[in-house]
Order: sequence, then structure tokens, then C-alpha cells
Amino acid sequence: MSKRRVVVTGMGIISPVGNDIATAWQNIVEGRSGIGPVTSFDASAYATRIAGEVRDFDPVDAYFAGIDAPDDERRAIAKDFKRMDPFIHYGIVAGTHALRQSGLVVDERNAARVGIAAGAGIGGLHTIESTALELAARGPRKVSPFYVPSSIINMVAGNLSIYHGIKGPNIALVSACTTATHNIGMAMRLIQYGDADAMLAGGSEFATTPTAMAGFCSAKAMSTRNDDPTHASRPWDVGRDGFLLSNGAGMLMLEEYEFAKARGANILAELTGFGMSGDAYHITAPSGDGAELAMRNALHDAHLQPSDVQYVNAHGTSTPVGDLGEAKAIRSVFGEHATQKGKFAVSSTKSVTGHLLGAAGGVEAIFSIMALREGVLPPTMNLVDVDPEVAALGMDLVPNQAEKADIDIAMSNSFGFGGTNGSLVFRRA
Amino acid sequence: MSTIEERVKKIVIEQLGVKEDEVTTNASFVDDLGADSLDTVELVMALEEEFETEIPDEEAEKITTVQQAVDYIKAHSKD
Repeated sequence: MSKRRVVVTGMGIISPVGNDIATAWQNIVEGRSGIGPVTSFDASAYATRIAGEVRDFDPVDAYFAGIDAPDDERRAIAKDFKRMDPFIHYGIVAGTHALRQSGLVVDERNAARVGIAAGAGIGGLHTIESTALELAARGPRKVSPFYVPSSIINMVAGNLSIYHGIKGPNIALVSACTTATHNIGMAMRLIQYGDADAMLAGGSEFATTPTAMAGFCSAKAMSTRNDDPTHASRPWDVGRDGFLLSNGAGMLMLEEYEFAKARGANILAELTGFGMSGDAYHITAPSGDGAELAMRNALHDAHLQPSDVQYVNAHGTSTPVGDLGEAKAIRSVFGEHATQKGKFAVSSTKSVTGHLLGAAGGVEAIFSIMALREGVLPPTMNLVDVDPEVAALGMDLVPNQAEKADIDIAMSNSFGFGGTNGSLVFRRA
Repeated sequence: MSTIEERVKKIVIEQLGVKEDEVTTNASFVDDLGADSLDTVELVMALEEEFETEIPDEEAEKITTVQQAVDYIKAHSKD
């Protein structure tokens, strides 16, 4: 059975570098960091006091950005939004923007054939923390009836379905920092297999909360370059000392090719490959060979040779172990091709955005697609002194400056705690 | 100082996201103001907070209109 083809027709982003595609992409290309001091709570006692927060974001205004909505609708959304964790706001808004960009009108005829796959790595932690404190201080009668539906992970998918009348498959895969990549990949499978003709897919996250920050600090997973936030995320640099926790969402509108073509949709890219793997190794440390297997599986799925790929948007979180392991894995998968400057490059946009955990694969899928469309490789910023072990691999890491490149195939990698890996392959439309 | 009725109406407007002129004295939370079962629970919690009182569940179930809320508060509030 030949697989049905899957194309991207819409994209939506909420991030520390911008809350629309054009702004975020410009900041990525120019390397303008989204990292700054934590403002969502008092982090003065924390080893890491910097993060990538979403700025200038009013969820109701963002939801209705660019459209005229009657006051009644605004009031209804505002009422709902009061009872949602910020990660749900981000996911709903990014998903709604992706749907609107696609131009797909969900109506009685097609509603059952349109679905949603959207998760989060951690989910409604902000709400869970504040409710636990409320419970301890004031007892069970003071816990809101909206506590559970305002914090559980599938509520991005649930609310998007309610707001847009989307009645097809409604799922929320959860796999730490691979969440969005897995949701996009599984949405692709659902379309290929015929469960749906169109899927909104991606992930969102709001994890700059007191307990999550404290846990990551204790795990010594995050950078402590507090006095220099914009240079703290430095994948592959010898000075890298951990990732930067960031918030936001990245969502794609995926459609079956003929379905999109029949309605005259503007096709942004084709999603041609998806690969997964598990490390079978450690709860937080990556094995390296798991990453390799995910990339190989994605290439196999896309019916491509390693030499067909010109750009890899790396997971590249700026951790000492993870960055090196991924660089070696990429070099191993792509072989000598990986050393051909002008034919192959790897970069980490997390050097600019920080790490959006369950949303990372969503925003990085968007950046991969933008690289294909614009013919620009986004830079790895703060790459001043390349780790000698990485440098020895001989790959172009697009240091500090975007590069022009006419590319046809891009891969996006995500790896998560638990040893869960995913790779997506996009082709220029 | 606002009257009890004004304070109740203000809470209803905030909690249910409705317009001031919709919140008439006899308006039903569910039938007229679009509340669902979760909204009504939260509304009662907000009234408890505002008037520093505790409304038992069996009493809360009987409060379905603005007027009933005002009556209950007048009869039970410490204010």
C-alpha cells in the first residue's frame, strides 16, 4: 500500500522570540535571544534565574489577532481562558493561528475528517502547584471545579476541538521533550492511514514554575550563566553549561495532499518522514545510539538516502553530554556527506529560543520549514569556541551567522527524558 | 459601600463573563446566563469568599437565580 502524502498548510507559534511566524523567524535568523531574567515568580533563591518567557502576550487578544470578532465571542473566550493554565492558552492560540493560516474551513461536511494531536511535556504544573498550596492552606472545599480541566495535558486538543468544531481524532501524546515531534509524526500517520484528512499537530509548554525550575536546578540540567542570559544557551560551545527553560507552543496544520490540493490550499512544505526510537539506557542521560536510530528510521520512512538531506535542525539543548552525543549521532548517520560544507549543515535554534520542552519539536518544525522556504539556514548562536570533540566531526554548525542555502530536505530532531526520540523530515514544496 | 445585590451582581458578571444588563434580579444562572454545572459551583465559591460565609452543598443547589443568591446572603451573611 502506498502511503498518502502529507503536507503542511498552516503554522502557529508562541515563543520567547515572538508570537507570530514572521517575528519569530526574523529573530531566529538574526540570532536575537529570547532568554532573560525569570519574571513569572521570585527566582532569587534559584541556581538558575534566567529563562525564555513568552512576552507581550494577552491570550484573548492573541486568539483574535487579525480578525473581527463580536463582543459576545470575546467575552465567552475571556471567561474560558480565565480557567486555563498558560500552556493551554499557548497551544490554543498557536493551533488557531495555524488553522487560520491554512484557510481550511471546518464545517459539517469535513468536521469528522479533521483531528488534533497536541500535547505538552509537563502540562499544567503552574495550576497544579498553586492548587496544592491552596489545598494545604484552606482545605478541599476551596479547590476550583475547574482545577482538573484547567491543568490536564489533553486540554489543548480538547479546547481546540470545541472552539473550531473539529470532530476527528483527538489525542495528546506525552513524551517529554519529544512531545511535539511525536504528535506531528503520529498526526502524519493518522492522515497516511486514512483516519483523518487533516490534523492540527504540535505541542505547548509553560514550565517556568517554581517546582519545575527547582527540579531542573537540582538535576544540574540548566545553565547558571545568570549574569549573561542572552549568551547562556550555547550548543556545542566549550562554555555550554546546561539548557535554558522556555515557554510557548508550536503547531502545524497538516493535510493529506489531494485534500489540500482540491481546496486550493497554499502548501508550505511536505512532511515526508517520521522516525522514532527508545534509548533503553537512562532516565535523563541520552544514549546517542537512540538518536541515531530515530534519524535512520525517519530517512527510511521518507525513502531517502542520508546524502539527500541538506539541513538538520538539532535537538541541541546546550548540555555538555547531549550536544556531543547528538553531534556524533548525526555524523554517524550522515557519514562523509555530513562533512561537505555547502551540502550539509546542522544548527540549533535553541541557542536563540532556549528549550521549549514539549513545544520544542513544534517550533523547530516551523523553523525547519522556514529554512526550506526562505533558503536560509538559521544560525547556532554563541558558538565561539567549538567543543574540540564536536569540531573533530567536521560538520558545518552554522556558527553565529545565518547562511543562505538552497535546500530541499530538512530534518528536525527531538529527544526527551526517559530516552524517547523522534525525527521529522520535511521537503520543500 | 455597595449593597449586597450590587456585590452579588458584580461577582456574577465576573464569574460568568456576562454583560451587566443581562444580570437582572430574576436571571437564572443556567437558563439565562449560560452557566454550566462547573460555573455554578465556582460561582457559589466566589460568593462564599466575598461574603465570608460557608454555603452548604444542599443550600447551594437551591441558589439558581441572582435573587436567590441575594436572599441567601441577606439571611446568612455576617455583614
